[in-house]
Amino acid sequence: MKKTIIQERSGGDRKPVGVEVIGLSKSFGSQSVLREINLSIHPGEIFVIMGPSGSGKSVLLRQMAGLDLPSAGSIQIDGHDPANPDTRDRFALALVFQAGALFNSLSVYDNLALYPLEHRLCPKNEIRERVLRALKILSLENAAKKFPSELSGGMKKRVAIARALVMEPQLLLYDEPTSELDPVMSATITEIIATLKNEFKVTSVVVSHDRDLALTIADRVAILMRGKLLFVGTPAELRKATDPAITDFLNPQIDLKKPRYLQLEAS
Amino acid sequence: MKQLNAIFEGLGSAILLTTRAFATLPSAPRIIKRVVEQVFYGGYGSLPIISILSFFIGAVLALQSGISLQNFGAKQLIGTLVGESLVRELGPVMVAILLAGRVGSATTAELASMKVYQEVDALVTMNIPPERFLVLPRLLAVLLYMPVLTIIAIVIGWLGGAVICNYVTFIGVEPAQYFQSMKQFLTTHKMVDGLVKSEIFGFCVILIACNTGLRTRGGPREIGHAVTRAVVFALITILVLDYFITKAQA
Repeated sequence: MKKTIIQERSGGDRKPVGVEVIGLSKSFGSQSVLREINLSIHPGEIFVIMGPSGSGKSVLLRQMAGLDLPSAGSIQIDGHDPANPDTRDRFALALVFQAGALFNSLSVYDNLALYPLEHRLCPKNEIRERVLRALKILSLENAAKKFPSELSGGMKKRVAIARALVMEPQLLLYDEPTSELDPVMSATITEIIATLKNEFKVTSVVVSHDRDLALTIADRVAILMRGKLLFVGTPAELRKATDPAITDFLNPQIDLKKPRYLQLEAS
Repeated sequence: MKQLNAIFEGLGSAILLTTRAFATLPSAPRIIKRVVEQVFYGGYGSLPIISILSFFIGAVLALQSGISLQNFGAKQLIGTLVGESLVRELGPVMVAILLAGRVGSATTAELASMKVYQEVDALVTMNIPPERFLVLPRLLAVLLYMPVLTIIAIVIGWLGGAVICNYVTFIGVEPAQYFQSMKQFLTTHKMVDGLVKSEIFGFCVILIACNTGLRTRGGPREIGHAVTRAVVFALITILVLDYFITKAQA
């Protein structure tokens, strides 16, 4: 059987990696966004981080991707600092950005081929094979020659996932993968995330406020509110949670007699 | 004080960017294609406008100096004046100013938009250093095409002067005499001085453009501001550097 890029690079079997978040805090100026976060993400699981807008989910994900440095504490991917380029190279860490972050001046094919080409991981015909395989998995065969500006929102997300897939990552981070999508496309992306985890044995960290996604495919869920971790557990445990902040977040009641925004103003 | 801080911050990050970009030089073979693309866009693409502009600058210079030198009966020195001015001053400065307007602004806009729309972050997560992928090809390309563009601008400027000398009746200097007086005072040393200037100007323009682009934060409005900032700062840098380099070369 042909070895994957990761296997060739590491010289061993491809293994999903674990992530340890230890006492992580992040501030921007005087504004504290994350406070004393402690988390342990197990190898090979789908870990969904949920929380209302502005709770610090994406900031936490950027720290895991090594794009930002923590103000205090640390993140370790199998004992290595994600901000170190060697760690990213070793584990082929991939991040699917909320807006896709596709390279607008490159075609879909070139977007996907960029990583193996730049790192000279394999011959061009093999890169082509790898890219076409990723496009096929994401049902994007007809989009290879298109440019990002010609794609719909859902297609852009799928191309972003395909681009991550070509990297053959051991840790795959998703930032709001189902935001701004219709319910059918959201379900498609949710299925894709679950399939990738099962078929490619990749550890997936998904930041989302999509309750259906979290409760359907997550192995474990964390709830982040105002920069603090309120809950970590399985979807079954989350359904049983009694904390009013969590229940209100998961099942918000619309009360037109007592509008929420007026209560917020009052508080 | 705030502006002074911003200037030092910009200077520091430009130095860092240069260091990081050239630290990736060993992997230069894999960026050859992008260097060629940049040479084509920045160098070949700038040729038409540079040719037109330098022709008329040479022509105007010959016309103005013809009017002035006629009063002193020194029309035969028009060639020297046009030749030296273009080689040592106008050629490098004019090409650099055009570069700032045409290539510098486009570079800042492209990089700023990549930064704002997280394409630069995507490169970082893919472990492709933006300095190698985006900055180094542009810096290497400008070092390659800048002297060529400057030489072309100088030669076309000379021709513009020659046309004026030949066809404007009150000047009436033969092209042979015009080029003879030019040859008399022009030395290889002066030519090299001009080319060194143009290399430094070109490098600074592209470095400022890349640095400003990659430091952009915010939304589409900031992209526009970044372009304005980069072009203005590049123009000021060209003129300030011009003074100091000229002084050092004197």
